[in-house]
Amino acid sequence: MTPSPAAAPKLSKNTLTHLQRLEAESIHIMREVVANAENPVMLYSVGKDSACMLHLAKKAFYPAPPPFPLLHVDTTWKFRAMYDLRDKAAADAGMDLLVYHNPEAMEQGINPFDHGGLHTDMWKTEGLKQALTKYNFDVAFGGARRDEEKSRAKERVFSFRSANHRWDPKSQRPELWKLYNTRKAKGESIRVFPISNWTELDIWQYIHLEGIEIVPLYFSEKRPVVERNGLLIMVDDERFRLEEGEVPEMKSIRFRTLGCYPLTGAVESEAKTLPEVIQEMLLTTTSERQGRAIDHDQAASMEKKKQEGYF
Amino acid sequence: MSIEAMQNEKDPVYVTDALIAEDIDAYLLKHQHKTMLRFITCGSVDDGKSTLIGRLLYDTKMIFEDQLASLEHDSKAVGTQGGEIDFALLVDGLAAEREQGITIDVAYRFFATEKRKFIVADTPGHEQYTRNMVTGASTADLAVILIDARQGVLTQTRRHSYLVNLLGIRNIVLAVNKMDLVGYSQERFYEIVKDYAHFAKQIGMESFLPIPISGLRGDNMVSKSPEMPWYQGPSLLQHLEEAPVNDSRMLDKPFRMPVQWVNRPNLDFRGFAGQIGAGVVKPGDAIRVLPSGKTTTVKSIVTYDGDLEQAVAGQSVTLTFADEIDCSRGDVITQADAPCEVADQFEATLVWMEEAEMLPGRPYLLKIGTQMVTATVTEPKYEVNVNTLEHLASRTLGLNAIGVVNISTDRPIPFEAYAENPDLGGFILIDRMTNATVAAGMIHFALRRSQNIHWQALEVDREAHAALKNQKPSVVWFTGLSGSGKSTIANLVEKKLHALGKHTFLLDGDNVRHGLNRDLGFTDADRVENIRRVGEVAKLMTDAGLIVLTAFISPFRSERRMVRDLMAPGEFVEVFVNTPLEVAEARDVKGLYKKARAGQLKNFTGIDSPYEAPESAEITVSTVDLTAEDAAEQIVQQILAR
Repeated sequence: MTPSPAAAPKLSKNTLTHLQRLEAESIHIMREVVANAENPVMLYSVGKDSACMLHLAKKAFYPAPPPFPLLHVDTTWKFRAMYDLRDKAAADAGMDLLVYHNPEAMEQGINPFDHGGLHTDMWKTEGLKQALTKYNFDVAFGGARRDEEKSRAKERVFSFRSANHRWDPKSQRPELWKLYNTRKAKGESIRVFPISNWTELDIWQYIHLEGIEIVPLYFSEKRPVVERNGLLIMVDDERFRLEEGEVPEMKSIRFRTLGCYPLTGAVESEAKTLPEVIQEMLLTTTSERQGRAIDHDQAASMEKKKQEGYF
Repeated sequence: MSIEAMQNEKDPVYVTDALIAEDIDAYLLKHQHKTMLRFITCGSVDDGKSTLIGRLLYDTKMIFEDQLASLEHDSKAVGTQGGEIDFALLVDGLAAEREQGITIDVAYRFFATEKRKFIVADTPGHEQYTRNMVTGASTADLAVILIDARQGVLTQTRRHSYLVNLLGIRNIVLAVNKMDLVGYSQERFYEIVKDYAHFAKQIGMESFLPIPISGLRGDNMVSKSPEMPWYQGPSLLQHLEEAPVNDSRMLDKPFRMPVQWVNRPNLDFRGFAGQIGAGVVKPGDAIRVLPSGKTTTVKSIVTYDGDLEQAVAGQSVTLTFADEIDCSRGDVITQADAPCEVADQFEATLVWMEEAEMLPGRPYLLKIGTQMVTATVTEPKYEVNVNTLEHLASRTLGLNAIGVVNISTDRPIPFEAYAENPDLGGFILIDRMTNATVAAGMIHFALRRSQNIHWQALEVDREAHAALKNQKPSVVWFTGLSGSGKSTIANLVEKKLHALGKHTFLLDGDNVRHGLNRDLGFTDADRVENIRRVGEVAKLMTDAGLIVLTAFISPFRSERRMVRDLMAPGEFVEVFVNTPLEVAEARDVKGLYKKARAGQLKNFTGIDSPYEAPESAEITVSTVDLTAEDAAEQIVQQILAR
């Protein structure tokens, strides 16, 4: 036997592109869920990843509308532009939109200025658990990607949560081929990540190719910002508490990820169109999660949050 | 090696397309035509696997500055390279693993060049993690097997090669790493290649591509190394960019699509959604739905982006048919004149993935394509020692063991040999109680037996037997701890039924073990087989019209469920003799608990072997509150009332 040189690739119209393969995989995952779940829901955060996921859901079930509702676990502190797009996107897809606010966080007036990490814990982590329990959802789609953060590189597509929504990294099931084991005991639930294998660049290319509508905050514009702890924070409404001597400045900025506006760092940019955003992304040297204040706590912070039930 | 040192390497790193800065629209247009390759890297802890992946990520600009900063920080805090950059940290993720210093799972890494997007399954080289490697390999188009040039072909190399070959990966790169440490010796390289070729032939590997590299120095990683002018082949990255992907291999095969979901938004539309596993489909094509065998033609290929003129392997689509024929989830739509096989007995290779060992005879759930059926597995024909490739005799398979078994399913399923079509030949087994994925399997072929053994049609059938006895046959299955009173109560029940003129038979655990099951012990596997045989005997007796009473500890829910499934609906009556362990142990009629406590009796239920109490027994009696006589009377009343 002799070693053989590589065969030349056969590129023809029958060869699927990387985006076609990713799309087909995501659609396959979503259909597996719908065929097996009793009461699925799609978590919708209004960001670009959610926008892609929603678009894929429309494709997966066409000509039917996606056979599950959208759930937005809201903190009341998102950018105003996000709320506008949220309602429009749900209506365009012909899907029900459920918006959930943690009543305790509401009552206690939990906010990012006074409560630090508790803000994310109560509104998002606790809020999500409460919402899933309230509506009895057994499977929830999430838009997390494996390339976002180290601990996510090992996250399964189907991620099992105990009855109290905890994630145990040691007891996840092996995923072979495309055979997902969707069995679960009563009370257990599954988080499913249909865009696990997409990268940030894939997402942007897909949005460009498919003409998916995203929040205008991803594009550069002059917006009022202050600089705090090295992050450029946009002053999106009158609830923003300016510290002594702080004066919002108008700067050409845009966002690479979107969350609660007082916790989300902007980047200075002149990218006003999608191709320009992609261009900037390709030439940039920092990863996208850096804009999020919650990740800087400690090395394995995301993993801890995940064990507690945060996405 | 530090990042600065890497940056100062003389080899050029991968050059980012100048188009990004000059003409982003042209760049994007070009990149819409990228393809995607999934590959797996296999190597032992010291083969430099992490460095190789780190290098690929770095050279293709996939490590960002903030990630580098956090990497440098982590290297100092928990690194194993004395404060130097530790690339293992870049590819290790979970905190617990990091502290233990070993990767215990499959991680997926992403990078892209101008031609391709890559997904790397990074799996550990650690000996006991066959499971993870098989998982990573199951979706790979290509495998990179790393060898340390100083060490040559090791046991681990053989194991990794056996596994990637088992999983049917055709495209194999033998990356002979650390060439810098053997003076870039051509002689050493060819010595290793020759050794490996010898072994590859043994395991039936069709071909492989050897590349001499240094992950650390970057030799033959991205571009050809000036240190090894004697090497004429492509660099690793060049090869990764050009190797064929699995989807294109499946293109030339007959059309196959497992149905995932039937789309019925309204009365006018009925579409069959699925991902095409093989071949090409066009409107007007004649298709056959399996297992039913019904035929029709494809009316349209419906997608969100409009109806398609054709769809190919790998695409997720929705098909509509010209005729209204039955078709549902689990069915396979095939080319009408080239359908796949349908069978209910197979020979297959199993890779066991769970701590709890395989129990021959126990029913597991089997998922293949989009279908889920119940299946039982025989004792292994043999187990494979993946290090020596020897075939070993074995009665079961433990965690990470690989063996060849026969499998029978509760109904015929459409399938293909795994080597032909992984989509219809690869399956997983699921434990029905814990819902864990316990094994991965690959079908070799169907056993012809399933077509050759026919049921003998009986003239005097079970209804006739039952009618003559004027009774409804049934199995009254007593379960409970040793000493709970099963046998005593079962005896009383039989006496009462007999007195009422009923035709009965009592199968007692101890008695059966003196004859029919003399060859079985008390391991979990033997307990399963014990119950299976008793179940089959009880079934024959119900065919003869009898009311069968059984008294077995029968500690596992799965086996009681298995016997229940053997019987006609309503014929199985589970009686839980609910006696707490303290009470049964205090009675200790046969002195067994004492022996078990003294360690003289192994695998004793309730002591060192579990008892799984029924969750929904038809009848539960408590021997604490009732006398045996009263319990028996209660049971007789309930049986007669059914």
